[in-house]
Amino acid sequence: MAKIIFTTVENDRIELEATSGTVMSLAVDNFVEGIEGSCKGVCSCATCHVYVKPEQMEWLGQPSDIEQDMLELKEHATEYSRLCCQIEINDGLDGLELSVAEHD
Amino acid sequence: MKVSKHNDAFSQARRNVGVAKVDDQDDPATMVLGLKQLRKCAHNWRTFQSGAIPGRIVIPSEVNIRSIRQIPFELDPPEHKDYRALLEPWFKRPNDADYQQALHSQITSTLKKVSAQSVIEVVSELALVVQSQALTLLLNTPFEAAQTWIDWGTHVFRSEGQDLDADKANVLYKYIDDEIDRAIQSPSEDLYSVLLSSQVNGQALTKEAVKGILILTFAGGRDTVINAISSVIAYLAETPEALLQLKQDESLRTNAIEEFIRYFSPLTHMGRVATEDTEICEHAIKANSRISLCWASANRDEQVFDNPNEIILDRKLNPHVGFGFGVHNCLGATHARQVLLTLVNVLCEQVSKIELINAQEHIEKWNEFERKNGFKSLHVKFNGL
Repeated sequence: MAKIIFTTVENDRIELEATSGTVMSLAVDNFVEGIEGSCKGVCSCATCHVYVKPEQMEWLGQPSDIEQDMLELKEHATEYSRLCCQIEINDGLDGLELSVAEHD
Repeated sequence: MKVSKHNDAFSQARRNVGVAKVDDQDDPATMVLGLKQLRKCAHNWRTFQSGAIPGRIVIPSEVNIRSIRQIPFELDPPEHKDYRALLEPWFKRPNDADYQQALHSQITSTLKKVSAQSVIEVVSELALVVQSQALTLLLNTPFEAAQTWIDWGTHVFRSEGQDLDADKANVLYKYIDDEIDRAIQSPSEDLYSVLLSSQVNGQALTKEAVKGILILTFAGGRDTVINAISSVIAYLAETPEALLQLKQDESLRTNAIEEFIRYFSPLTHMGRVATEDTEICEHAIKANSRISLCWASANRDEQVFDNPNEIILDRKLNPHVGFGFGVHNCLGATHARQVLLTLVNVLCEQVSKIELINAQEHIEKWNEFERKNGFKSLHVKFNGL
């Protein structure tokens, strides 16, 4: 079981728990404001942009080239940006803190 | 060759040059063919604008048949953002459970009717009907309105042998004018009324703005959705193992819909107008000339997609641009995705096998490129469970 903590653009803090699936699905299923996941996780829409807490970046490994290409064109992307449809939940992510990015 | 096989018409030009020229009513466009380059151009709305003369970014150009600006599609930021923000919640309604249930009922009922016939023509008897009926949900208008739209045929601007049919376009414009007047007289909870009572930047929407939004809603999701539905039916008829897989594993279906959109790319391309001299793939682009963002080509880019010419139902990474890219990505995408997903769900529930009887392909010609996009007619027989 991993606890994932989201902070929305409006600064609401939402704590959710899951054992599997993607972070995007967890957020969409629980109506986390700002995470849409329109393409259902195939990395086509970039509507699940989050910022990872800097010290937790290494938990997630490197994004794929396809994800990096998508992030390159996001207006609000930073070095801590990820598309959360590409983050698979596992126990090792317990305590992961994500801030939802502003929409372009 | 299978009729559901859609060729990659642009493969050689994409690999060798990256761009191609397409002629159109003395206003040629430079087609951008590779995915990464296309995304950069779509993203760069300052250099490649949508807010040109109404109709000019569409290819073939609609400048000669339309003076009304389609909104928000033919606006650029910052105005675009305000209109888009107004419309987004309405166009996300297909995510609601009651919308999905109503759509499921519509498609179930239509499929039951056509399944009772021995052979049906998919384009006119199923795809057009499903698209028109589903549009009543998107507009929140009475179900009976669908019959009028079905009677218009598959495209609101085109007719057989004529890419741009001004008379046909005028039927749509007159219809929308009448509906706006009706909504002013007797407001309801439909899209016309909601828009008429809305404001952007503190100003009430004008009748012309409401008309521009409605034209976009009618035109943008018509032949695109019809082609997508027809192509999916042809594919499932010719690939019975895919229908079986989708029946057995419901979790495959959402990825499959994205893959259908990528592979069939129901909208081949969309234009932009350059606001300054620039270049794409080392080709000069003059200010005030047109480019076209060729979604169909980009969606087969072998530098991005493994086995791009195969339909892989469970393709995990699928950064397709079938619904466009950037600020102008398709406003109706949530509705279109839901229509296709519901159709696949209902087929899985009701149909054991689809038999292909015959098909007449629809081929688009863009200079030297011939691209299949859907069907002129497609006859099949549905076998029930």
